[in-house]
Amino acid sequence: MPDTAHFEFLLRLGDSCLVLGHRLSEWCGHAPELEEDIALANVALDLTGQADMLLAEAARFEGKGRDADALAFLRDAGDFRNLLICERPNGDFAHTIMRQFLFDAWQVELYGALAASSDKALAGIAGKAVKEAEYHLRHSGEWVVRLGDGTPESHSRAQDALDLLWPYTGEMFEADETVAALVAARIAPDPAALQSAWTRTVDDVLAEATLAKPPSGWMQTGGLTGRHSEALGHMLAVMQVLPRSHPGAKW
Amino acid sequence: MVTAEKQDMRIAQAWAVLGQVMDPEVPALSVVDLGIVREIRCEASGLAIDLTPTYTGCPATAAIRLDVENAIEAAGLGRPTIRLVTSPAWTTDWISPDARRRLKEYGIAPPAGSAPKGRRGLFAPEPAIACPRCGSTDTRQTSAFGSTACKALYVCAACAEPFEYFKCI
Repeated sequence: MPDTAHFEFLLRLGDSCLVLGHRLSEWCGHAPELEEDIALANVALDLTGQADMLLAEAARFEGKGRDADALAFLRDAGDFRNLLICERPNGDFAHTIMRQFLFDAWQVELYGALAASSDKALAGIAGKAVKEAEYHLRHSGEWVVRLGDGTPESHSRAQDALDLLWPYTGEMFEADETVAALVAARIAPDPAALQSAWTRTVDDVLAEATLAKPPSGWMQTGGLTGRHSEALGHMLAVMQVLPRSHPGAKW
Repeated sequence: MVTAEKQDMRIAQAWAVLGQVMDPEVPALSVVDLGIVREIRCEASGLAIDLTPTYTGCPATAAIRLDVENAIEAAGLGRPTIRLVTSPAWTTDWISPDARRRLKEYGIAPPAGSAPKGRRGLFAPEPAIACPRCGSTDTRQTSAFGSTACKALYVCAACAEPFEYFKCI
């Protein structure tokens, strides 16, 4: 099991948390109500904390003397390995919540499986983070039901969000050589097994929300190999400006 | 040469010192009450302390680490080596009945019962949370998230006071 594959895998996990955490933090001070402002900021905080731990582990396997901060703030878009769904701009509240729900449902299954990883440090992080992910999933799932089964306006916005985001869900279950090497080493779970559990959660919630599941078809791809949308570069420009403009700054 | 007995005394002293180090965000409880301090060992280089974060993103973790280092050093026990551990994952089950009582006196409703086993369904009924001021369980959650990662927001229908609830995880 080469360290490069291990590094790559941890980078994918950490980058997805970091990028989605930053996206959610953009709602701070702008959410439709105070309680939601607090909720989205709290979820953002959990995801950023998970990113910190995962990227620290990634840096350890990379072995080039970088730390979590260097990975987070001193890499360009092409070096990021997050899922494309995480970098999608926030859109309206329905779009943000739908993106969160699709992601949370995946993360709960992923962390649940990683808690039994042969990589003990990763298992420790996942065993801790799965509790946070479950709490997030309840929050986003309940909102999907409220919006989908709410007013005609909220229903149509939730359905639009689902239709727009659906092609980004395939990436969660992509398997390539990196994933295959980690599955073989019992570090990571088989993505196919995650997909069936994720589909059950999503189907149940969409049915209760009276939302129509989009037909399976062409799926977006590229995040895991560093081919990102324009949106990520703009986001990183904001996220990274401080450490880039003031190298080594401390507070 | 330090005898095993002296080492045990040093470790006991360190536990006592950390029992007085309050959590910066929940100052009614010490870092020992909260179960953040997992283990203290006496090693050749000095005391080694294992801490576990409550939530992965808890911003108080860095402050707690510094408070622990400073308190141990101020007590004449030397600068300790701190290790952050994630396993076993922190749970509110580690908060003792006495600490829960002090949390309530401070105005924060303590975690109700023990951590849920398995995933909870959407819209699953919440356990009854007693108002820390009047004791009524006629309370309602106003937000699943609160001012810190470890708390949710509630309001009491009996005395009309809003209050914080220490989430049970």
